[in-house]
Amino acid sequence: MAIKPLAIAACTLTNALGPGIAASLDALRRGESGLRPCDFEDVVLNTWIGRVAGLEEEPLRGEFAPFDCRNNRLARLGLEQDGFGAAVRQARDRYGPDRIGVFVGTSTSGIGATEQAYRQRDLITRSLPATFDYRHTHNVFSVADFTRRWLGLTGAAFAISTACSSSAKAFASAWRQMRAGFCDAALVGGVDSLCLTTLYGFNALGLASTRPCRPWDVERDGLSVGEAAGFALLEWAEPGDDRVLLLGYGESSDAWHMTAAHPEGAGAALAMQQALARAEVLPAQVDYINLHGTATPLNDAAEDRAVVRVFGSDTPCSSTKGWTGHTLGAAGITEAIFVSLCLEQGLIPGTLNTRQRDPKLGAGLVLETRESPLRLALSNSFGFGGTNCSLLFGRRVRSPSPRVGEGRGEGVA
Amino acid sequence: MNTLFVEAVGLMAPGLAGWTASQAVLAGQQPYVAAPMPAAMATLLPANERRRVTATIKLALQVAQEAMAQIDLDASAVRTVFASSGGDSEVLDKICTALTQPDRPVSPTHFHQSVHNTPAGYWAIATSCMQPSLSLAAYDGSFAAGLREAAALAWADQARVLLVAYDLPLPAPMAGHRKIVVPFGVALLLNPAPPANRLALLRLTSSRNEPADRLDDEGLEHLRSGNPSARSLPLLCAIAQGAARQVILSAGDSATLRVEIDP
Repeated sequence: MAIKPLAIAACTLTNALGPGIAASLDALRRGESGLRPCDFEDVVLNTWIGRVAGLEEEPLRGEFAPFDCRNNRLARLGLEQDGFGAAVRQARDRYGPDRIGVFVGTSTSGIGATEQAYRQRDLITRSLPATFDYRHTHNVFSVADFTRRWLGLTGAAFAISTACSSSAKAFASAWRQMRAGFCDAALVGGVDSLCLTTLYGFNALGLASTRPCRPWDVERDGLSVGEAAGFALLEWAEPGDDRVLLLGYGESSDAWHMTAAHPEGAGAALAMQQALARAEVLPAQVDYINLHGTATPLNDAAEDRAVVRVFGSDTPCSSTKGWTGHTLGAAGITEAIFVSLCLEQGLIPGTLNTRQRDPKLGAGLVLETRESPLRLALSNSFGFGGTNCSLLFGRRVRSPSPRVGEGRGEGVA
Repeated sequence: MNTLFVEAVGLMAPGLAGWTASQAVLAGQQPYVAAPMPAAMATLLPANERRRVTATIKLALQVAQEAMAQIDLDASAVRTVFASSGGDSEVLDKICTALTQPDRPVSPTHFHQSVHNTPAGYWAIATSCMQPSLSLAAYDGSFAAGLREAAALAWADQARVLLVAYDLPLPAPMAGHRKIVVPFGVALLLNPAPPANRLALLRLTSSRNEPADRLDDEGLEHLRSGNPSARSLPLLCAIAQGAARQVILSAGDSATLRVEIDP
């Protein structure tokens, strides 16, 4: 039997395209990228980034001053958009503040605060400045802790940190925690912000492109690091619910290599198949796949193999990293919300910046954004350590019946 | 649905060199004697990998390996949850130090080892395990959060879950800003269905503002209060004692987790 679906009761999104969902949707429709040549702090690297404007000037104050760091500033900016706070307040009244779980994904949390503290070390004692607040900034839990305090939630809370699948896995955890009865609703999110660690780290690994990232392009040569905050309020779907629903999730491990994806995309395929299986959906029923699509040569090749294996070459798919950059621990929620917007708007985004599709890749890549009614859409998120997560979302449409029985690729029943 | 069976335990801490060797101490039958923690061998890693990995990775893998060795089961079939407050601070210290130097020479190895799910990745590779795995953090409530997620995963998938919780003291410059005074690693193999041999049956309930259990033994309490993963000790003592008991674990701030234990 298919799992009990979760409804997205409210959501919000902030990234290089601007604060709030409208900024993202506008840019998706108009094909305008949020990437720019790297101008973060004093970084001297020939690469492009997806930076959120204005974070430098907006410190956290008052009771939230201890949490002040770029990552939590980004979380705050995100939480202030799209009427999200009001929606959570209503849910808080309905469920009670201790019955809404908080599950936030991040890869580097507020490590930027520690980077700065190390640059301010005492020359003699080598100690960090006394003002350095590890708990409320750098620690992995900091962003989840900030989020629940900002929203006045007191129930189960943890940060999920599985690199670039973090905030996709937040949806799976939310489903499980609700099913276990540990909470009645869930606040899921993902926040990752620009920092020296990731910019210089990806550069050291030779994975950062010198141009805006070009997923699936024959000349693709790496990713563009971005930053983003996204949040969604999840509750059990009601009968006849016409909101966007989480219908299935799939998780797997590559068990292959710490940084290189499995060449055949075996783990990625497993995650997609499990998402379909949990929803009792056949591959041919899926109308759109939002790829992880980082634009590194090996990652795209591995994901392409996995997609072709499960779906064949006809299912429309695209990577939206050309708009936002790779927002790492926030990529899962960013693209989950993109998918939810696509379902609501009947939109299939193209693959921005990509000029010539790599002829070696076989997935049904969409280059130009187009209108198309969608009923079921999948979002892929994969990360270092070989962690994979796929989320299947759907929305009721009044008319035609689903194309059951037209399975292509490997059927999942 | 809220029951869970403990099938095996792995443990590594000062004076607690493995679960088997520590049961009498945890049961209160032998005095706790503080002693330096033995080096985690993590022998399941190939020798060349073992040289490259950090103390944090080895600690996590060692306790996971010890728990899995207690039963006849292919680790590749077992889902995992890894819980740690701060991840690998030794690696983060090296990266942040490199970032203060000219040209900021971050080591590619340090960068890929800096992610919170590094031990999970090495474990999956070492055991050829393609099962779902989650790595999480909840500051001092990390163990309770991990236990809750491991339980939720075991119930949802009706499958065994290996919970691994580990934390090491932070290196010098950060140490003064985060109180972790002892190393501690623990692993619990959890089964939603009654296994052939069980160490304990657990019932979990989320609660609020209940006073978290402390330990009478001063040395064990020093561990418990000195490491987020050691917040598991009241539960481990109850399992070792083999008596029906209830313990309250801190899940961070006002959130608590009530665990009823039956032998």
